[in-house]
Amino acid sequence: MKRPVETGHQAIIQAENVVKHYGDVHALNGISLEVDQGEVYGLLGPNGAGKTTLVRILATLVKPTSGRCLVGGVDAHQNPMAVRSQIGLAGQSAAVDDLLTGRENLEIVGRLYQFSRAEARRRADDILERMSLTDAADRQVRTYSGGMRRRIDLGASLVGRPEVLMLDEPTTGLDPRTRNDLWQLIHQLVAEGTTLLLTTQYLDEADELAHRLGVIDQGKIIAEGTPDELKERLGGDRLQAGPANPADMSRVTAILASVGDGEPYVDERRQVVSVPVADRITSLLAAGQAFEDESLTLSDLSVSRPSLDDVFLAITGKTAEDDTEPGAAA
Amino acid sequence: MTTTDATQHGSAKLTAAQLEPPLKRNGLVRFLADTATMTRRNVLYLVRRPQVVVFALISPIMFVALFNYVFGGSMSVGELSYIDFLIPGIMVQTVMFGGGNTAIGLAEDMGRGVIDRFRSLPMSRLAVLSGRTAADAARGIITNTVILTVGFVIGFRFSNGIGWAIGSFLLVLLFGYSITWAYAWMGLKLKSVEAVQAATFLPAFPLTFAASTFAPVTGMPDWLQVFSANQPVTQVVDAARAMMHGGDIAGPLVRSLLWCAGILLVFGFLSVREYRKG
Ligand SMILES: Nc1ncnc2c1ncn2[C@@H]1O[C@H](COP(=O)(O)OP(=O)(O)OP(=O)(O)O)[C@@H](O)[C@H]1O
Ligand SMILES: [Mg+2]
Repeated sequence: MKRPVETGHQAIIQAENVVKHYGDVHALNGISLEVDQGEVYGLLGPNGAGKTTLVRILATLVKPTSGRCLVGGVDAHQNPMAVRSQIGLAGQSAAVDDLLTGRENLEIVGRLYQFSRAEARRRADDILERMSLTDAADRQVRTYSGGMRRRIDLGASLVGRPEVLMLDEPTTGLDPRTRNDLWQLIHQLVAEGTTLLLTTQYLDEADELAHRLGVIDQGKIIAEGTPDELKERLGGDRLQAGPANPADMSRVTAILASVGDGEPYVDERRQVVSVPVADRITSLLAAGQAFEDESLTLSDLSVSRPSLDDVFLAITGKTAEDDTEPGAAA
Repeated sequence: MTTTDATQHGSAKLTAAQLEPPLKRNGLVRFLADTATMTRRNVLYLVRRPQVVVFALISPIMFVALFNYVFGGSMSVGELSYIDFLIPGIMVQTVMFGGGNTAIGLAEDMGRGVIDRFRSLPMSRLAVLSGRTAADAARGIITNTVILTVGFVIGFRFSNGIGWAIGSFLLVLLFGYSITWAYAWMGLKLKSVEAVQAATFLPAFPLTFAASTFAPVTGMPDWLQVFSANQPVTQVVDAARAMMHGGDIAGPLVRSLLWCAGILLVFGFLSVREYRKG
C-alpha cells in the first residue's frame, strides 16, 4: 500500500530492491521499503524470514548482493561512516561486554562515537538515569537480569542520539512486565522524534509499536500497510456467540443472522457461531436484547477484530507462531 | 539515589542544546584514539578474569623453576650459567604462547553481538584488531617483568649494561607484538574459540622447542638444525641473550628485526583482509 508522496518529502530510510545471497541461501529476494522521518516501521516475520539480514545491511554491517540502501539520503555502502554516525543499532543478541560495568560499556561506545571523554561520561550518566540503571551503573553487566541487559543494550544504541534507531527483536525472551517497560521506553523515544525500524516475531508487539508494518517471509515483503489496514483485509469486526446448551445452536445462529451483516459461520468444534458486523456496538446490543427476549443462556458473547495472527495466516497460509522459537541469545 | 544526583540529572535528560557534537578527527587520529579505547576495553577484560591473569603469571614462573632445576645441572651451555641462558628463552617462549590469548579473544569477540555494535559505530574498523594486539602486548610487559623478578631471585643477572638490558626487553616485546598479529589472523580465520584453543599450541611448540630457547641448537641433529638455527625464535632468543650477557649482537638483532617486520607486514595485511571479509 503506497503512501501519497508529498513534494519535497524524503524517506529517511530507503531500501531499493535489496538482494542478499549467502551461497545457495537466498536470505533476501528483492526488498524495497521506505521509512519516513519519525515513523515506526515494523518488520514482522517468522524465524529465518530475513529480518536480521535486512537490518544488518541497513546498518552498514554487511553489503547486499545487489540493491541500494539510503539512510538520511546517504548511500549506506558507499559512505558507511556518515551513516554510522546517524544510526543506533541494538542487534538481536545483546551487544554488551559482560565483564565491564554498565557505565564502562556506555562510555566506551561514547568514545567510539568520537565524543570527548567528558562528553562520553555525561552521556553515559544521562542514559543510565533514563534506563533506570543508575543504581547498577558500576556493577559488571554479567550480574544484570535479562531485562537490565536489554536496557543497557538499548541504552548503548542511544549514546549517539541517533536520528534512526534500528532494533532487532528488542523484547524477545522478556517477561510481559519487562516487555511492557521496554515498550514504554520505545514510545518515549518515538515521541521525541526518533525514527524507528523494528523487527519482531510478535504480532502484538508490532500492533503496539508500529505505525506501519511490512510482513516479511522468505526474504520478501509479502504485505505492507498500517496494522489496521492489514486487519481490514480480512474484513471488519465479527460478532461471536455460543450457547450454554449445545441444543440451542440453531436458535443462536438464527439470532446472529438477523443482527449481522452476512452469513453466520458455525464452528461445530468450538460450539460457537460468528457473523460479520458493520457496527460492532449496535449489533452487540441488538444481539444481547434478542438473547434476553428468548431467555437463551450463553457461554460466550463477544466482538473481535481480526488479529495480526489472522492476517499472517491469511497471507502466508501458516500462522506466525508455527515456527516461532524465541531465543534471545541465539 | 541521593538528592544531589536527583538535582544534577533530575528526571529530565540532557537537552539537545547541552550536548556536545563528536570531535572532528582525521583518519589517523581517529585510529589512534579508537585503538586506545579498544585497548582499555581489552585490558579491563584481562584484569577481570583473575584466573587468566594468575595462570599467565604462574606458568612462566613454573617454567623458569622447572627448567632451571631439572635441566640446569646437566645442561652445558658454554660460559653462561643455565639460569642466565634460560631467562631470555623463557621470555620469548612466554610471548609465543601468550599470543594464543589474542586468537581466542578475537574469535570470542567475533562470535558475539558486540562486534556488530562496533561495526555499526563511526569508529576506525582497524581499531578492533590494533586494540586487541596492543592489550596483549601490554600483558607481555607484566609477564616478562615477573619472569625477570623470579629469575633474579634464583640467580639471573644482566652482565652487559643497563642499556642492552632494556633493549633486550623491548626486543622481546616487539617480537611478541608481531606474533600477536599472526595469532590475530588465526583467530579470525578459525572463528570458533574451541578450534583456536586447540590450534594455538601447534605453531608454538615446534617454534619454541626446536630453537635455542632451552638448549643450544648445536646439540640437535643436523636435519633439525636446518630449521632450528634459522627460524625467528632462535634469532630473537640469540639476540636477547647476547644483549643481556654479551656476544655477537648485530647479526641476530638485524635478523630478528627483519623477522618482526616481515611477520607484522604479512599477518597485519592478512588479518585486516580477513576482518574486512566478515
Ligand atoms: N552469515 C550467513 N551465512 C549463511 N546464511 C545466513 C547468514 N546469515 C543469515 N543466513 C540465512 O539467511 C536467512 C535469513 O536469516 P535472518 O537471520 O535474516 O532471519 P531472521 O528473520 O532474522 O530470523 P530470526 O527470527 O530467527 O532472527 C536464514 O535462512 C539464515 O540461515
Ligand atoms: Mg533475526
